[in-house]
Amino acid sequence: MGDLTKTATTMDTAFRFRSLPMKTIKPLLREPRVVIAGGFLLILLLIALFAPYIAPKDPLEQDLMLGNMPPANYPGAEPGYYLGTDDLGRDVLSRVLYGSRIALTVAFVAASLSAIIGTLLGLAAGWYGRWADRVISRLVDIWMAFPPVLLSVLLVAVMGSGLHSVIAAIVIIDWTRFCRVVRAETMAQARLDYVMAAQTIGFSRSHILWREILPNVAPVLIALVSLEMGIAVIVEAILSFVGLSLSSDIPTWGGMIAQGRQMVHHGWWVFVFPLLALFATVLAFNQLGNGLRTALDPVMRR
Amino acid sequence: MTASDLLNRLVMAVLTLMGVAVIVFCLLRIVPGDPVAMMISPSATPADIAALRAHYGLDLGLPQQFAIWFGDVLKGDFGTSISQRRDVLELIGGRLPATLELAFAALVFGVLTGGMIAVLGALARGTKLDPALDFINGLFLAVPDFVWALALVLLLGVFWPVFPLSGRIDPGLTTDFRTDFYLIESLVTFKFAAFADILAHMVMPMLALGLPLAAIVVRTLKEALAEAMVQDYVLLARLKGMSPLRLVLQEALRNAVGPTLTLTGVQFTFMIGGTVIVERIFSYPGLGNMAIDAVINRDLPLIQGIVLTFGAIFILVNILVDLIAAWLNPRSAAHG
Repeated sequence: MGDLTKTATTMDTAFRFRSLPMKTIKPLLREPRVVIAGGFLLILLLIALFAPYIAPKDPLEQDLMLGNMPPANYPGAEPGYYLGTDDLGRDVLSRVLYGSRIALTVAFVAASLSAIIGTLLGLAAGWYGRWADRVISRLVDIWMAFPPVLLSVLLVAVMGSGLHSVIAAIVIIDWTRFCRVVRAETMAQARLDYVMAAQTIGFSRSHILWREILPNVAPVLIALVSLEMGIAVIVEAILSFVGLSLSSDIPTWGGMIAQGRQMVHHGWWVFVFPLLALFATVLAFNQLGNGLRTALDPVMRR
Repeated sequence: MTASDLLNRLVMAVLTLMGVAVIVFCLLRIVPGDPVAMMISPSATPADIAALRAHYGLDLGLPQQFAIWFGDVLKGDFGTSISQRRDVLELIGGRLPATLELAFAALVFGVLTGGMIAVLGALARGTKLDPALDFINGLFLAVPDFVWALALVLLLGVFWPVFPLSGRIDPGLTTDFRTDFYLIESLVTFKFAAFADILAHMVMPMLALGLPLAAIVVRTLKEALAEAMVQDYVLLARLKGMSPLRLVLQEALRNAVGPTLTLTGVQFTFMIGGTVIVERIFSYPGLGNMAIDAVINRDLPLIQGIVLTFGAIFILVNILVDLIAAWLNPRSAAHG
């Protein structure tokens, strides 16, 4: 019994992120993907926060006399409109900069909410098992049988366009991603020695779940949140592209891409620049997620 | 997989589909906007509207509506489309072939391209090409079909316009098809002009759907090949003097294909889901494109029919993948 207690406590300290700051951050900074992608996203966040100060023009200001101007350095470019204008004479650069606001809002809010709901259900299914697992797993099965894009379009059509609907649609669809991974991870952790030891000492089941298992599921979870942020940005763009996300008064990358798709033959810049912004952001979230997974995983870290 | 396992899976599949049906049915009843209001003339009297509502069963309670609809579905009657006033099953049957041809073309493209690059990677193991390949593939893994589709619109549609940007076939060529499988039919009836035209229309949506799949095949197969290459029997074959290419193709590939196949199956269902937006971007007349129109038109019977069709396809593909996996590796099936 004495031996077991000892094993349990050493395991406990070894597996738990008790001192989160430097010990966790150092390996993260050694991972180039985390530094580069994280740095890019940080800059994007600053752009989103300070868009009114950075953007050279008002993103909504129309000037039909200045419609369809090409980017700087192209013949016929209008000075001051660095990335050209759209057919209504609105500044493309300012609209792309402002578009980061919606993209990042959707990314953070939708990914966090999906993560919370999915993790709670995943922990319940993986740890308590029995009927909880049966009900939750069956729900996940049903959810997986829906084509996600069609379901998101359907949900936004049901709830009405707007930022809240877009976020709700993403959460309603994507909680399963977290639930599946957390459930499997919890089941795997539950079989490990330290959980057995904690049970032997007499820790309550909920104590073990929150204080022992959750911290060990966290690394996978954090990486998954980053990946989900990239997915959320894409889904918002898809919904804007279909014309269901937000009113055209609010600049979004997807809305700009849809607009640019219509006029792609005589104004490629309206299409290209928001697409590049979308691509870079999704790539950054993806690389950050994969980098975090490598850096936080004690096994993969070697 | 034993017969009882299979039966179990099929029962589960039916239950899952029923769950899908219940959810989509309930979801659609809370759609704001009256479908009847969209199909009548402004001069209709309240009595006309009530008659129409009764005709579509919209005046009954929710459970009754569901029971009637689901009973009809089980009999193979999916109802009548409100926006197109045609039988839902007939509409789906007319569009599904286009989507299936596209999805299978993308599957073949993704598996062949990914397979070739994975073999190349296995041969280049230890050289500078190997990490370069991993890096590029890492980028490809991050790009979803939606972004590919838009990038292709730009690259192959506008800057270097070699392929048609939208549609499935040149309008002048559609007149005399007997089936809706245009690609297959034009090939087997030797209409090569039509075949080439359909293929050209398919190139961009196929690339958009197939490239993400190829990236996943590269990653999985490359890893599995690397593992297989250090097994004893491969080392033995190498000692016997077998060339590296034959070694990979004849010995390692056969044993590495299992995990790739399972993952490809899962990805294939995701890809079918991806056809919805990709078809939309290229105005490709498939099931997904019709689905978005149906949502915009609030065409409840059509939406229900399409969602159930997609659900049935997903579940069928999953069962099929499990069957193939069990057939390839009987040991794992016996255990689980």
